[in-house]
Amino acid sequence: MPEIGAASATVMEAVKVSRFFDVSKPWLQRAFSREPRRTLRAVDEVSFAIPRGTTLSLVGESGCGKSTIARLAVGLYAPTSGGISFEGQPLSAARAQASLRRRMNMIFQDPYASLNPRWRVRDIVAEPIRAFGILNSASDIAARVGQLLTQVGLSAVDGEKYPHEFSGGQRQRISIARALSSEPDFLVCDEPTSALDVSVQAQILNLMRDLQQRLNLTYLFISHNLAVVRHMSDRLGVMYLGRIVETGPGEDIFRTPRHPYTRMLLEAIPDLDMVGRARTPVSGEVPSPIAPPPGCPFHPRCKLANDRCKVERPGHTAVGEVQVACHAVEEGRAAT
Amino acid sequence: MLLDVDHLTVEFPTRRGTLRALDDVSFSIAQGEVLGVVGESGAGKSLTGAAIIGLLEPPGRVAKGQIRLDGKRIDNLSPDQMRRIRGKQIGAIFQDPLTTLNPLYSIGRQLAETIQTHLPMSDRDARARSIKWLEEVGIPAARDRIDAYPHEFSGGMRQRVVIALALCAEPRLVIADEPTTALDVSIQAQIITLIKRLARDHGTSVMLVTHDMGVIAETADRVAVMYAGRLAEIGPVADVVRRPKHPYTEGLMGSIPTLEHRVERLRQIDGAMPRLTAIPPGCAYNPRCPKVFDRCRVERPALMPAGTTEAACWLYAEAPAHA
Repeated sequence: MPEIGAASATVMEAVKVSRFFDVSKPWLQRAFSREPRRTLRAVDEVSFAIPRGTTLSLVGESGCGKSTIARLAVGLYAPTSGGISFEGQPLSAARAQASLRRRMNMIFQDPYASLNPRWRVRDIVAEPIRAFGILNSASDIAARVGQLLTQVGLSAVDGEKYPHEFSGGQRQRISIARALSSEPDFLVCDEPTSALDVSVQAQILNLMRDLQQRLNLTYLFISHNLAVVRHMSDRLGVMYLGRIVETGPGEDIFRTPRHPYTRMLLEAIPDLDMVGRARTPVSGEVPSPIAPPPGCPFHPRCKLANDRCKVERPGHTAVGEVQVACHAVEEGRAAT
Repeated sequence: MLLDVDHLTVEFPTRRGTLRALDDVSFSIAQGEVLGVVGESGAGKSLTGAAIIGLLEPPGRVAKGQIRLDGKRIDNLSPDQMRRIRGKQIGAIFQDPLTTLNPLYSIGRQLAETIQTHLPMSDRDARARSIKWLEEVGIPAARDRIDAYPHEFSGGMRQRVVIALALCAEPRLVIADEPTTALDVSIQAQIITLIKRLARDHGTSVMLVTHDMGVIAETADRVAVMYAGRLAEIGPVADVVRRPKHPYTEGLMGSIPTLEHRVERLRQIDGAMPRLTAIPPGCAYNPRCPKVFDRCRVERPALMPAGTTEAACWLYAEAPAHA
């Protein structure tokens, strides 16, 4: 557990955050067919802390709740239970103050959908500056926009153009310039490169790391691509069905993955180093988050599952700096 | 060779002139071989597949070159003749399993219809064969699920149905266009293993189009790298991945983060692939190439032997095997 005294060094902290969605059928239909309400547990008691200037990555398959956490982290959703704090203050209070709100921003996955096609790039990038009243004179704003565009590898004259005149990678640079324009310390990046080609992805990832070092940014980085996550993160959280099943320093987890799901993911990824090697495919699919299996959510696909896994939900076991939610690891049944 | 693509050129006439989307692409696929085709979006990978199965969107057309299946030309067939080849000789698997399947028909009906279109068979035999194929692609309880509709299956299961649909008339060549891109990693691995096994068991040749180098590394026997509508390099997968010869392939491989080791900075190729309207003279890659020299800017390189692979690059012009 993170200590309270470390608040100044911790930019964001989440304690047992849950977010449920009501996915019941309409009332009348329920009344006729006597169905109970149905709840989707998108995020289920997730805790994490992100120290200043570092990157926490959340990785998992679709439907594991990683994008819901991204939205919770910037206040687009309110948690059903649990608390998130930003710079030592509860997130809801932080969001109410413009001075704190402008210190967080978000980069979205799809650079084709996240930029207004009818606005010139200079207006897109200047919007947060105007909204927060950071600069007031038109010439100051223009100078700042030019500087931001240069910072992300575009040129100041590109501000006159419209988004459709740019390629996917350039648009993602515009998104990053816009995210930086409110001078944030904390950026939530939801799959920022998954819509891009690999050579462009490398450009964007390099840019994001350069900016992090130069501006001492803190990232919450969401991705399904483990290789990208490995490249970007200091700490890592592996998610499965709304829960963090393994979390700790990225290098530790990649060197010795302990949770059976983490191991499965690492096994499953097609990698350049797999030329000519046969793989053992993983069986089964992610169960529905509406009716997650009781006990450990991974037990139907887990080779190490026993009766306890089917009924009792595992807590986090500390192994060095890594926290693992697995009975087999706790009992020492998982060979490392 | 089962499939021969010779100097294939595809053009799109537009009001502002003709766009050349594929420019002089030549390669071949042997019986039972998996050829991976990689490149960035817009490089012409999917278009190559579409040209082979005769599904170019008008006004796109084959302007030059030939496509031969088993030595017989298929690029100049009438739509009617082509329809008989599609499915029977060449199967197709597309990226999105939801749009490939008809949501209004049960999967059994879709399979049986495909089988009966190409093979003379009674309803009962077609149904039995459908069940056999569903089992083959790993759908549990195929007998019970054959009358289910596409929405009753998960994404991974749907992609299995699509694969069954592409293979049920036992085509000799399958064009798989990004078959795993819409799927989660754990499902992706299952589908790759499946495609590999089926190619081996049935001697089917596969053209696997994807932007995911990991998938190619694991599945393909040979790989073709495309850039701006042209082939940059083609060769055995291990050589292209580990010892790339073309500077573009080299840059592409270096830009992929790997799980094995962490690097401070990824290698990046600056700039972007040129648009079709502005392809530079000479080698299309020359403005971004770190090894560019004068000849690259004026004369277009053809594929030439470069060690164990073939690369369209003037760096290898002096190679002794150069014809």
